[in-house]
Amino acid sequence: MKVTYPHMGNLYLAANALLEGLGCEVIMPPFCSKKTLSLGTKYAPESACLPLKINLGNYLEAIEKGADTIVMIGGVGPCRIGFYGQTQSDILNDLGKNIKMVVIEPPDVSFKEVWQKIMELKNASWVKVIKGVHLAWEKIYSADRLEKYMEWLRPRAIKQDEAEKIYNEALILLDKTKNIRQVKNIVKNTLHKLEELADYQAENIIKIGIVGEVYTVIEQYANLQLERQLGKLGVEVERSIYLSEWINDHLLSGILPIKSSKKIDQLASPFLNHFIGGHGKQTISHSVDFARRGFDGIIQVGPLTCMPEIVAESILPAINETYGVPIMTIFVDEQSGEAGLNTRLEAFTDMIKYKKDLNFKGCELCQSI
Amino acid sequence: MSVYLGIDVGSVSTNIVAMSEDDKILQKIYLRTKGQPIQTLLEGLKLIKEKLHNPEVKGVGTTGSGRQLAAVIIGGDVVKNEITAHAVAAAKMVPGVKTVIEIGGQDSKIIIMKNGIVNDFAMNTVCAAGTGSFLDQQASRLNIRIDDFGSIALKAKNPVRIAGRCTVFAESDMIHKQQMGHSLEDILAGLCEALVRNYLSNLGKGKSLLEPVAFQGGVAANIGIKHAFEKALSLNVIVPPNFDVMGAIGVAYLAKSAVQNGKSKFKGFDISEAQFQASSFECSNCSNACEVVQIAKDKKIIARWGDRCGRWTALDKTDKMIG
Ligand code: SF4
Repeated sequence: MKVTYPHMGNLYLAANALLEGLGCEVIMPPFCSKKTLSLGTKYAPESACLPLKINLGNYLEAIEKGADTIVMIGGVGPCRIGFYGQTQSDILNDLGKNIKMVVIEPPDVSFKEVWQKIMELKNASWVKVIKGVHLAWEKIYSADRLEKYMEWLRPRAIKQDEAEKIYNEALILLDKTKNIRQVKNIVKNTLHKLEELADYQAENIIKIGIVGEVYTVIEQYANLQLERQLGKLGVEVERSIYLSEWINDHLLSGILPIKSSKKIDQLASPFLNHFIGGHGKQTISHSVDFARRGFDGIIQVGPLTCMPEIVAESILPAINETYGVPIMTIFVDEQSGEAGLNTRLEAFTDMIKYKKDLNFKGCELCQSI
Repeated sequence: MSVYLGIDVGSVSTNIVAMSEDDKILQKIYLRTKGQPIQTLLEGLKLIKEKLHNPEVKGVGTTGSGRQLAAVIIGGDVVKNEITAHAVAAAKMVPGVKTVIEIGGQDSKIIIMKNGIVNDFAMNTVCAAGTGSFLDQQASRLNIRIDDFGSIALKAKNPVRIAGRCTVFAESDMIHKQQMGHSLEDILAGLCEALVRNYLSNLGKGKSLLEPVAFQGGVAANIGIKHAFEKALSLNVIVPPNFDVMGAIGVAYLAKSAVQNGKSKFKGFDISEAQFQASSFECSNCSNACEVVQIAKDKKIIARWGDRCGRWTALDKTDKMIG
């Protein structure tokens, strides 16, 4: 069994460790690139949303490398992700690819289902499996720590490129190691190196919260490197969701004692009182959370035509009205270009900076006019 | 004579304005970009030099999708996105402006202003049915000059309702309405209303549009569209002078305030004689597969961008030749 899976941010770190622990031969799909997307776009229905297209590209590239089994996480509720598993395996079948698809549904009903699926893949001793699970968790948790540090550092970094390089190298090391102690060391060393690049006196830094559909929030290829672009514009970013939290909330029924979105979820009311599928409700609740915590702005991202995010988008103006926080929506698809995105990000951050100035010393822009 | 230059390099057109110390627009140049932004830019620069007899340039601002490119080539003091640039110009030209409607050839924007600064905005870059190129296409299909479009539309008695959600639908719907025998005036007025509906439903969503409203961008020349906006919004719409080069005017202002006590980075009019080449390649050093753009002046690379890791941007630029 040669197992592969779709990319989503740093998920591969956990997926590699976990699947190896289960005794599978793992074929990691090449990182998302233009080639991935064009493969996916070629074979997916045109109206499908971006995550499906990129996933499909991941599979096709992995199959090229010899994969014969795909493990993916499904979805429940009124959102198309529920059909992804079926749609994708149908497309692959039609292409004559002989592939086994294992879809793990979030255990909102029972954890047993997840367990059964994992058992299907198990091909090693229990000791090895448990080690694999532990290692996978440690890696994804560490990657999140580094990522969060980068989000803080980017607008403050003395050499931003250098910081990206150090971070990328750390991810490569994290992926390679099979030892939990080493994982901890890598994090420590990396944070140490990154700290030296921080300018603690940096000025004019604004804080923006990112909300929206989980895949486009997490996968930086899908959102055109949103966080790095914002970092270059002097913006510190916080996301509504990080992989470790998402795994804990959705796959482990929240058994681990880390930050959970369950509590924040309640903030959606009175703006939205129902589950509307996907991450629509979280988009609202986290926006309220960011607004209450005094963030300077909020950016919503989602795949074009994503129903839950469209519903959420129509509610966001009410949050803007209540809290006065600027909110911008970005929908992405295979036609999105970095230039158009940059223009909007720059305009959005300009707007926030001028607004902030206005409160203190009057706007430099207006004075010049 | 000393001037500030504002340069707006878009995919369809390149606009350059020269503004005097006392904020007068001394010269405006409109050129078609035709896929050759560098050549067009240099040509525009030459025209400025000739028409104003080699003026002293005290500051340069660039905007538009080619803003980085333009700034590298001629030495820009300010590089700003189109939204900020348009907002600055509107605030200056239409005192107290609260709503800015901007429709160009390829994209359109709405900007909501409060106390002279941007309070909210939206930009449409995907849907062609809300932009100038849509009107251009339909005008040529109907065999009328785009300049006559608006005045013919104004003569309409009963504008027909045309589905304007998408250029493809609009076109087939329009053919259908023509076959049914509607007059040209009514069809053109219907098209204006369709574009306005499309614009408002794409960009105006959830925003309250207040007066004064400024309407700028190339499409503002079309009196039929202005009229359709006034009808749809029940508001008075102002088309400012120089409405077609507001982006360039905006960055000229920004350049002026940026260089207040400094020296401009302008490289001089002589550069219009130099040979520039732009090229791009896909880096294969890691999985990001970045598309790196590079600009060379007389075969020496002067700038690169597009890489995510800084590998190319940071390279020693001076001794590298284009391969
Ligand atoms: S430019 Fe840097 S980040 Fe981009 S593909 Fe090359 S090595 Fe990777």
